[in-house]
Amino acid sequence: MERGMNERIRRLRRESLETEAHIDMERAKIETEVYRRYEGTVSVPELRALVLKHYFAEKTLYIGEGELLVGEKGNGPQAAPTFPELCCHTVQDLHVMNDRELISFKVREEDYGFQEKEMISFWERRSIRHRILEKMTPEWKKAYRCGIFTEFMEQRGPGHTVGSENIYKRGLLDYKEKIREALGHLDYSRDPEALDKENELRAMDIACDAVILLGKRYHDYALKLAQKEENPVRREELLQIAENCKVVPAHKPETYWQALQMYWFVHLAVTSELNPWDAYSPGRLDQHLISFYRHDVKEGILNREQAKELLECLWVKFNNQPAPPKVGITLKESGTYTDFANINTGGVTPEGHDGVNEVSYLILECMDEMKLLQPSSNVQISKKTPQEFLIKACEISRKGWGQPAFYNTESIIQQLLNAGKSIADARKGGTSGCVETGAFGNEAYILTGYFNLPKILEITLHNGYDPAAGEPLGLALGKAEDFKSYEELFEAYKKQILYFLDIKMRGNHVIEGIYARYMPVPLLSVITNDCIAKGKDYNAGGARYNTNYLQGVGIGTITDSLAAIKYNVFDKQKFTMSELMQALNDNFEGHGRIWNLVSNKTPKYGNDDDYADDIMKDVFSFYYESVTGRPNMKGGKYRINMLPTTCHVYFGEVMMASPNGRLAHKPVSEGISPEKGADVHGPTAVVKSCSKMDHLNTGGTLLNQKFTPQVVSGENGLIQMANLVRTYFNLDGHHIQFNVIDRQTLLDAQARPEEYKDLIVRVAGYSDHFRNLSKALQDEIIDRTEQSFG
Amino acid sequence: MKAQLVTDIQKYSIHDGEGIRTTIFFKGCPLSCVWCHNPETQEYRQQFMWNQEKCTGCGECAAACPGGAVFMEGPRPVTDPEKCSVCHTCEEYCLQNAREFAGREYTVEELVREALKDQPFYEQSHGGVTLSGGEVLARDKEFLEQLMRGLTERGIRVNVDTCGYVPWENIESVIPYTDTFLYDIKLMDSGLHEKMTGAGNERILDNLVKLSKSGAAVWIRIPVVGGVNDTDRNMKETLDFLDAHSIGQKWIHLLPYHNTGSGKYSRLGQEYRGRDFTTPSKERMQELLDMCLKRGFQARIGG
Repeated sequence: MERGMNERIRRLRRESLETEAHIDMERAKIETEVYRRYEGTVSVPELRALVLKHYFAEKTLYIGEGELLVGEKGNGPQAAPTFPELCCHTVQDLHVMNDRELISFKVREEDYGFQEKEMISFWERRSIRHRILEKMTPEWKKAYRCGIFTEFMEQRGPGHTVGSENIYKRGLLDYKEKIREALGHLDYSRDPEALDKENELRAMDIACDAVILLGKRYHDYALKLAQKEENPVRREELLQIAENCKVVPAHKPETYWQALQMYWFVHLAVTSELNPWDAYSPGRLDQHLISFYRHDVKEGILNREQAKELLECLWVKFNNQPAPPKVGITLKESGTYTDFANINTGGVTPEGHDGVNEVSYLILECMDEMKLLQPSSNVQISKKTPQEFLIKACEISRKGWGQPAFYNTESIIQQLLNAGKSIADARKGGTSGCVETGAFGNEAYILTGYFNLPKILEITLHNGYDPAAGEPLGLALGKAEDFKSYEELFEAYKKQILYFLDIKMRGNHVIEGIYARYMPVPLLSVITNDCIAKGKDYNAGGARYNTNYLQGVGIGTITDSLAAIKYNVFDKQKFTMSELMQALNDNFEGHGRIWNLVSNKTPKYGNDDDYADDIMKDVFSFYYESVTGRPNMKGGKYRINMLPTTCHVYFGEVMMASPNGRLAHKPVSEGISPEKGADVHGPTAVVKSCSKMDHLNTGGTLLNQKFTPQVVSGENGLIQMANLVRTYFNLDGHHIQFNVIDRQTLLDAQARPEEYKDLIVRVAGYSDHFRNLSKALQDEIIDRTEQSFG
Repeated sequence: MKAQLVTDIQKYSIHDGEGIRTTIFFKGCPLSCVWCHNPETQEYRQQFMWNQEKCTGCGECAAACPGGAVFMEGPRPVTDPEKCSVCHTCEEYCLQNAREFAGREYTVEELVREALKDQPFYEQSHGGVTLSGGEVLARDKEFLEQLMRGLTERGIRVNVDTCGYVPWENIESVIPYTDTFLYDIKLMDSGLHEKMTGAGNERILDNLVKLSKSGAAVWIRIPVVGGVNDTDRNMKETLDFLDAHSIGQKWIHLLPYHNTGSGKYSRLGQEYRGRDFTTPSKERMQELLDMCLKRGFQARIGG
């Protein structure tokens, strides 16, 4: 069945899904010309702003048939501009992305040569990736290569940025005025940084001009199309589009329609300026739109259906933007198009009242009707959220494609307060990317990498040696057999964690410095609070709040592994440490009893059993204490998340068998969910185990709960699903999402992908088409514990 | 006070009363219904279960048994219950999970501790604990009272799922602690009842009348077994009885029979005697439901 509320939306949606993703070199070409012309003659921030200005002045415009919101990042739907200043694709990379079956990006014939002659020669040594790798220590490179941690910033810019209400209250001309005032306040006689600030502010001013120019070009283009248009209805629409582009982005929006167009121009600007992680998100969209909606409805210029149609147009726009393809190994292994834009619905108002409004319900209907990967949509559930809204969200969620995910407003607010934000800023905040908490519009909260907690135990048990890579990697703290007690082992594990954390942190500081120096983002700085007032770039600490996150992965696997050792080797003495090590080295082959004991007869995380859950708490606490509070380069602090995206698959691939019975190269546990098959007492036990983690001291955790359809069927199933969510949130849980799919369906989909093109599953903090996932990831999802009762 | 055997503690149980519940299945039942889908709960003793389908005949269990209770007869391990000390060693060595013991002893304290774990869910959903079985009311009276007091004193609402074939005093003693009784009525023809469950229905119906008169909340549950009690006549007689004694105005639950439990019989070394039973069709269930509704009862299909 084709989705969408009417013929227009169905066609736009179809075009979005059927158009082939393709590489678009226009941006890179214009950027290179700008660098050739200005580099060395203007400041770095101004150079970056000029790139945006020239791109928006010269880029191909696109207004598709029937579109009500206009603007594309590239030359049309599914175009992927490249960002050679971050990472420059090799010709081989282009071949990989063009030739592969899954997630391919078409490359035009002439672009191979262009890339080789024009791009690689110019950008290879200038790219951020090159600069980063050049500055990393041998220890960092080895740990990175062996899969101890990943690095977010070597291919995409610092991101996870989310818009606030500001852009609906101010046009870019108003921002230019603020910039002018800030320039006027610069005090060269007392402020040694005055020149840097002036450069940054002038760059911000150019960036504003760039976006205003794009608006003007779309105004002219829409007008031109209107003059040629024969259909009077469409002509009116084009004239209205032209009118909208006359108002935004230069001025603040006056109508609901203009508000959406305003957001979209800003979205294009942020994601064209640089390629930040997780693109850009509108954040609390229902809060931002409600006053426009009510005003327009009252004035009689908008009805509910029209409001929904415009939302569905926005959904298509998001879905038109594939995530820019990566380079090298990451390109080969990356199995996702999705760009992680994430819209928050519900929650509370800045004054602390229930935030659910008419637009919140429209957004739910829109996500249900559109069923698109992008934008990812979630609901924030507070204690004040009406049951009707929660039930409606559960009804959509139980259809089984992972949206909406559920977030706990009170938990988000307390996390933000705990990190020093004001109550008003906290209430305006939410989650983006997968589950990461941030103060929208006021904060740079940067994910810096995933950290492989189970792998570090593997290194510890092998006296610093990495058995997967076959080389020394960590500290030599003694052989596994030498640990006389569980406590001794755990102490060694902690030392090993600190060793790798320090390596990672050293790298992070250098990388932050590189971005602050070479890759400012003046446009993003304009719309992020306090950058203008401080005269500082978003990437240099200009935002009101600056947080760096480090994401712990594999808490289920590490907990069960430690529990397996503590229980069987030390407490019950079922086997010795050297027997266990032999079993691990043999991938449990020929060690059936040991495998059986650790797999089936040992307390495990996810069953509300304190034996295992206490170990989880020990690991979590140590990780928390070791990371949280470390200073970052932007004047802010480090905090932790517990989420994997898809990294738990990669982190498992680089590991041999683990003491909990997990076989070599199989995925580690994802998010804070239990290890696959470890939870045997149902969803309440999972929720209880997970809630023993101190969620409020994190910046987000991810819990994936899979149900077979019968568990949540009927009115009662729905109500109890809602009760499960409420209870988890009463216990301070941060996030829960549901996959409601039976195993047979997934097996069928794996065998006959062509018949299940529509099948979307929740992967981690996002959903993806099942057919687009790698076999390993598909298997992983199939194997995730199915909860089936009654 | 003696600990009691429990076969399973099922959490997120949403079909045994209101809200999210924890259902405790006690081992041992005075009836032995032919269609029983939990045959491992019938006997009042721990039982060894062997899953022939999973067993590969590897012989590890026999080799590992420290008491010599397990020996191989060809490809088939045989367990001598006289010699077996229930040390569970053979389970450790069975990689197929083909060997298990039904029933584990729990003290009152252990059960209360386990039930309390899900209290946040009960409070949110107006759920609680359901005591089931087997037959929960066939327990030691002191054990039961202590358990129920332990739960209700901590604010947990308790449902009792009973077949009713117990001395009236056993029922009477738990009335003060019970939120709702889930009370099974299987067959109105006492002769057939005896043939199918091992006992006549007089005591069951008698207890039901007394229970209802006491003012306790009672939900009537009727397992509808195709070929046994899915007749208009049995339904009519049941409703007549309930009407005559003003019982079950709150709810009647019609539970369609499934043969999901039949595989457990062979694991217990028993024969399943219910092969001729059928799952009533959706249409038939609807017809029976309509009969209840027409007579003014609140009723639904399913728990």
